[in-house]
Amino acid sequence: MTSDITRASAADLADRLSRKEISAVEATQAHLDRIAAVDGSVKAFLHVDAEGALATARDVDQRRAAGEDLHVLAGVPIAVKDIATTKGLPTTAGSRILEGWIPPYDATIVTRLKAAGMPILGKTNMDEFAMGSSTEHSAFGPSHNPWDLERIPGGSGGGSSAAVASFQAPLAIGTDTGGSIRQPAAVTGTVGTKPTYGGVSRYGLIALASSLDQAGPVSRTVLDAALLHSVIGGYDPMDSTSINAPVPPVIEAARRADVKGMRIGVVKELGGEGYQQGVRTRFEEAVQLLVDAGVEVVEVSCPSFDYALAAYYLILPAEASSNLARFDAMRYGLRVLPEGVDDPSAEQVMAASRDAGFGDEVKRRIILGTYALSSGYYDAYYGSAQKVRTLISRDFAAAFEQVDVLVSPTTPTTAFKIGEKLHDPLAMYLNDIATIPANLAGIPGMSLPSGLADEDGLPTGIQILAPATKDERLYGVGAALEAALIQRWGGPLLAKAPELATTATGREARA
Amino acid sequence: MSAISRDDVAHLAMLARIDLSDVELDTLSGELAVILESVARVSEVAADDVPPMSHPLPLTNVTRPDVVRPSMTAKEALACAPASEQQRFSVPRILDED
Repeated sequence: MTSDITRASAADLADRLSRKEISAVEATQAHLDRIAAVDGSVKAFLHVDAEGALATARDVDQRRAAGEDLHVLAGVPIAVKDIATTKGLPTTAGSRILEGWIPPYDATIVTRLKAAGMPILGKTNMDEFAMGSSTEHSAFGPSHNPWDLERIPGGSGGGSSAAVASFQAPLAIGTDTGGSIRQPAAVTGTVGTKPTYGGVSRYGLIALASSLDQAGPVSRTVLDAALLHSVIGGYDPMDSTSINAPVPPVIEAARRADVKGMRIGVVKELGGEGYQQGVRTRFEEAVQLLVDAGVEVVEVSCPSFDYALAAYYLILPAEASSNLARFDAMRYGLRVLPEGVDDPSAEQVMAASRDAGFGDEVKRRIILGTYALSSGYYDAYYGSAQKVRTLISRDFAAAFEQVDVLVSPTTPTTAFKIGEKLHDPLAMYLNDIATIPANLAGIPGMSLPSGLADEDGLPTGIQILAPATKDERLYGVGAALEAALIQRWGGPLLAKAPELATTATGREARA
Repeated sequence: MSAISRDDVAHLAMLARIDLSDVELDTLSGELAVILESVARVSEVAADDVPPMSHPLPLTNVTRPDVVRPSMTAKEALACAPASEQQRFSVPRILDED
């Protein structure tokens, strides 16, 4: 029964909760037990809040018993990436500099999860300040891919993807600055959406690159992602970049799953050379399934995408170096006194604290960003990168004149081994080559599983991109493709993941 | 565009207020040189007639009514301060001694 609950989709759990077949406390406890049993080896969570989650669940059960009209996801538990502030719960963004910090307020998306009555299971691991593609840059150690514990679960949101892929949570929150929702989804066989920039509030999310960051849903099915997207999306006056319009009709689109007569573009620049054979094969098969479903497929060229990675690694560090200036050791976070200095100045304390509190990748990007913004280099680096952004946006605009959505493999490769790329920053950056253009242009993107690569048996992902504010198209195409793939596989892809060894803890241990 | 020297990195680290060690300065200057060489190609296509884009969906004049609303208490704001005194953040000296 317990494993049945943790294997269920969020939509299925919601149905069973509303029919009172299970209680919110049972649903929550089942996931807490699963966390206790497998997270010792997956390490998806930085903090588990059993008490808080159960309190929310009990409240939902009481309100349901009293006949109150509840949100459709009331009682469905969720994991939250440790980049979102949670009042009373530790929030570190994977950084030593925020270790032990208890935020005094909730991010807007957390407020919305609470309003919907969703028990928050805990906070998930991530690369420090979301800088990375593997969680190896977390100050608290890497998370592990449930398909092969020696491999990375993607990043930066690898804790969220690993939690959902290993049935520790049906849903999770991710954030995506250059692919941090979509790349982890691809390498763990899960679903992840980066909404249109401005579609989900950034209030209370620890900022990496403010003009690129966007929070979104992580799940095992397209419909589940749509349900969560609807909870967290929509206008928020606390975020000046929030779009003042209703959430796109993503749930309706996911339920309709209709692609007949659509035009889909395969991006020439995102694929081919440099992409692993198994990733390409599964991608081509997925495109063929869409053709079989009545879609017209054309190839489109977006020549400026070749410069996207370079522009991204100037814009992101520039914005990050500015955003991370707030960690000054004065009001919150780590304060370290410099060694051998009597009565140090605030400036010396700040420099010593940032040296002790920031990891290598964060330092690398802050220095790079400081350089890109410094006088004499600004025009050549940052200024040029902003122009590339315009060119990429124009490429998308031209492509979307011809087609309704674009598709590509989400990542060039399947999950690599932990440690394999840690000391080669450029190789690490290449993981995001197909996901970055969407962030630069602000358009929505989704990754869903396309299968397992023949050569290593690991998950591969297909990415769908739509014009800004047309997020529902991702869900329509995604749901149609998902249905066709599941029919072909004879069940969901995650059913093929190896069983994780469990430790007898949680409820069984206490009994 | 020029290569980045160890002295440049030390200067940038000072600007960024990060007290890097000698080993970190050595490693970083090597790594940054490689990264910069790779990202410098943005200038190849950045023609004069291409306008810069700072934001994907620029909104202008985003304002809200200026109304009084509840905010954090001093106790909440100071709860995670490294040091506090008399309901205020306590910080190291901010001026040089001489």
